[in-house]
Amino acid sequence: MRARNYFVGAAFALMAGGMAHSAVAQDIKIGEINSYSLLPAFTEPYRKGWQLAVEEVNAAGGINGKKLVVISKDDGGKPADAQTAANELVSSEGVAMLAGTFLSNIGLAVSDFANQKKVFFLAAEPLTDAITWSKGNKYTFRLRPSNYMQAAMLVEAAAKLPAKRWATIAPNYEYGQSAVAVFKKLMSEKRPDIQWVDEQWPPQGKIDAGPVVQAVAAANPEAILNVTFGADLVKLVREGNTRGLFKGREVVSFLTGEPEYLDPLKDETPEGWIVTGYPWYSIKTPEHDAFLKAYQAKYNDYPRLGSIVGYQTIKAAAAILAKAGSTDPEKLIAAAEGISMPSPFGEITFRKIDHQSTLGAYVGKTALKDGKGVMVDSSYKKGADYLPSDAEVAKLRPKD
Amino acid sequence: MAFYVVQFLTGLASAASLFLVASGLSIIFGVTRIVNFAHGAFYMIGAYIAFTLTERLSGAFGFWGSIVLAALAVAVIGVIVEMVLLRRIYHAPELFQLLATFGLTLMVEDLVVLIWGPDDLVGRRAPGFRGAIDFFGQNIPSYDLFLIVLGPVVLGILWLLFQRTRWGVLVRAATQDRDMVAALGVNQKWLFTSVFAVGVFLAALGGALQIPRDAVHHAMDLRIIVEVFVVVVIGGLGSITGAFVAAVLVSELNAFGILIFPKISIILVFLVMAVVLIVRPWGLFGKPEAAARKTPGLTVNPWRPLTSNERLMALAALAVAASLPLFAGNYLLTVGSEIAIFVIFAVSLHFLMSVGGLASFGHAAYFGLGAYGVAFLAKMAGLPMIVCLLLGPLLGCMGAAVFGFFAVQLSGVYFAMLTLAFAQIVWSIAFQWVSVTGGDNGILGIWPEKWAASPSHFYWLSLGVAALVTIALRMMVFSPFGYALRATRDSLLRSEAVGINAKRIQWTAFVIAGTTAGIGGALFAYLKGSVFPDNLGISLSVDALVMVLLGGVETVSGAVIGAIVYKALNIWLVSQTDLSKLVLGGFIMLIVVVFPKGIVGMLEMLAQRRRKSSPPGSPLLAKPIESAE
Repeated sequence: MRARNYFVGAAFALMAGGMAHSAVAQDIKIGEINSYSLLPAFTEPYRKGWQLAVEEVNAAGGINGKKLVVISKDDGGKPADAQTAANELVSSEGVAMLAGTFLSNIGLAVSDFANQKKVFFLAAEPLTDAITWSKGNKYTFRLRPSNYMQAAMLVEAAAKLPAKRWATIAPNYEYGQSAVAVFKKLMSEKRPDIQWVDEQWPPQGKIDAGPVVQAVAAANPEAILNVTFGADLVKLVREGNTRGLFKGREVVSFLTGEPEYLDPLKDETPEGWIVTGYPWYSIKTPEHDAFLKAYQAKYNDYPRLGSIVGYQTIKAAAAILAKAGSTDPEKLIAAAEGISMPSPFGEITFRKIDHQSTLGAYVGKTALKDGKGVMVDSSYKKGADYLPSDAEVAKLRPKD
Repeated sequence: MAFYVVQFLTGLASAASLFLVASGLSIIFGVTRIVNFAHGAFYMIGAYIAFTLTERLSGAFGFWGSIVLAALAVAVIGVIVEMVLLRRIYHAPELFQLLATFGLTLMVEDLVVLIWGPDDLVGRRAPGFRGAIDFFGQNIPSYDLFLIVLGPVVLGILWLLFQRTRWGVLVRAATQDRDMVAALGVNQKWLFTSVFAVGVFLAALGGALQIPRDAVHHAMDLRIIVEVFVVVVIGGLGSITGAFVAAVLVSELNAFGILIFPKISIILVFLVMAVVLIVRPWGLFGKPEAAARKTPGLTVNPWRPLTSNERLMALAALAVAASLPLFAGNYLLTVGSEIAIFVIFAVSLHFLMSVGGLASFGHAAYFGLGAYGVAFLAKMAGLPMIVCLLLGPLLGCMGAAVFGFFAVQLSGVYFAMLTLAFAQIVWSIAFQWVSVTGGDNGILGIWPEKWAASPSHFYWLSLGVAALVTIALRMMVFSPFGYALRATRDSLLRSEAVGINAKRIQWTAFVIAGTTAGIGGALFAYLKGSVFPDNLGISLSVDALVMVLLGGVETVSGAVIGAIVYKALNIWLVSQTDLSKLVLGGFIMLIVVVFPKGIVGMLEMLAQRRRKSSPPGSPLLAKPIESAE
């Protein structure tokens, strides 16, 4: 096989590529991975967020005097590629820690990699409860409020509704499944009188909205739980509006108040949905004002929730690195467990017990204002108030 | 009762959108035999352009004008693509055009984000069709009614076009027998171009008409492309009526299926396709493919084992590859392992495709089954790594034995689509059976044992297995079994006439290829430490196809080079740029135009030419058999 010569050629080409970034000894490097090419609507604002954070950290003197550098990689939405990227970051770039990821399965893949290679990993976006609980490990921390926390926040509001007949619409994959499962469990605990009359599981990204809307309407629920987002949400809302599905029915919806998902709906935004989200226009706290001002000054654009997540991921990473005073993973873990820090949403803490941060979310109602969707009557829910008791968490999480 | 009527009408509306896109694909395939992977991309561009135009032009005329204008604009793009790209490669081996359209699709996905930005875009509603009509207390969107009418209207127009115009007669003739049409002096170039334009116009129209219902975004193409392929195949390739019936069938089954099984949508179309193809091997309205008049472009250069010099060179190359751990770091070694594993995967498909003449669109199923086999053995039975590596691929073997039995009853694109259907069924089982497979969160923590854990050891393991597999498959090519398999590929009738049991030979080849892919999958599970449904997914199957085509489908071991080049380039680009799809797509299109026989195929042709011009060595080798008429 003459063929084999090329093997070597390719290897050399790769090596040349790998050497292109030569390490500068005094920098502290963070390896960041996200689905930039697959989910640009979420990851572009996310990237802007962390770039702002890097700028701020370095302007304030870096990490104990050392410059912070973030090396960012695309995972293309595939767990296997995310691991290749993680390996490159750890083995050739020599990063002090890994951070990022959006999709739950990618978060889990990188978290398992981190556990195996003994690298610190700060998961930014993945919502799955498994990453801190059933498949949690000592090297992995997570910033964003989990599925469980968001469900608990929504249940608090939903349980007050008089509706007794509920239907659910969720994308048919782990996120949708576990969101519905947790919501049902918590809801039935608070309201044993509730009946679950229908569930629809359209494939993620491929909803055939007409039949789904029609099927839900046929079950005649009084209230609907929605977990779809992105393009699926748009189709669902449009069909639902036209067919009158939401008329006279309460709707509780995960994530819909995030600008990423609410803004595309424009004048079709349904009113009165109870949602989690990020009403950047109505948050009036000094921490958020400072963030908003800096973000708008740098990008001349408003922030999305992704911007907050990206920003806080790097801020948290910097705080942990500064506190540890070292890049040794064990010291990073020790520093991260129980660390408190400011965030645009107020102070947050990374819990020692399950490595979950107490970053919260805003819960409010959707409304239409000047032909655009907004969140009104929103209030901030602290993450710490929506987590199960320590005894329960200890049972959920394997011993390290 | 009213509910069922409305649900039926809703299904019809979904069918109409599906049909528009599918009809275009069917026409293009029928005439040009191009498996147009870019059809979804044209659909997406249609939607994007229509979005821009409808935002600019106001009023009813503005809206409908924009829809038509967008479809026309995309048709022009289609004509350019056909003239600049596809015309150059009509004579390339079968399926090679798939590679070109795949490259185009990759580029378009990045380009639309560059042009229109990353956000989901929501367009206007259609003037006059904003509301709904009350039907005994149920609402039917008036736009749905519009689509329900539009579907049959388009079907009627196409029917008239094909039955009542000279152009239509030519298209039908070309669908039935291209060579004869050419022999009668019809200008094929323009016929192909016009057919491609009409097909692309329909795709773009289908996309543009989604504006009032859907969000426009950069993943629209993937969402639709597989589904329309399935619809076209269920209906029977080249049959417009078939596409219409299939679209209605699939949409109605979905509309009513979700009432009983809310999770059915994820797999429904593939189940329907598998059943239809097993019962009716040419789809509902398709006709058996006419026996190929000439041996497909293969065997232009008779295959031969390597000469002793070449063997030495191959060994030397292997030795160089094996010395990589002496100077490369951990990351490069892991990438090397990944490439070696993909070499295994690619040569297994290559064996099936080029030796057996059976192009599988679902080969990842057996790769993934091998990986899941390892995961089950390691996590549930707790077996040691070496046992897992030996037994894991058996799951791939078993899958191939079962599915292969049904698949080899078919041939050509129907075979390809049935393998795709099986792969999707396996994928959805892995995706849905959460208690066993972990669903899309996969199975974690399958790391190699100590003896293989270091990157260099794992690299040597993967390289060694890859070399063994490649050698074994090569030996098989030149064994009696290999000759029999090639006979079934070159002429089914003649091979059966000389007493070869073609179906059994092909089935055996399918099982061998599946098992080999399973070996790759088993190693992959240990390389990544985890298994996900992705490992059985369509995109991995497409990757394997691309590697084989890139290397050269007419060669003996071209897939080795194809895999190395594609995988190395892919990993490198993804690491270096966010626009990896744009660059990779461009590169693939360049390769397609410059090396229409694949990289190795082209090198061999050059070598052949040189040999020809120099004094003849072996007379048999010097005189290529032009075609076995």
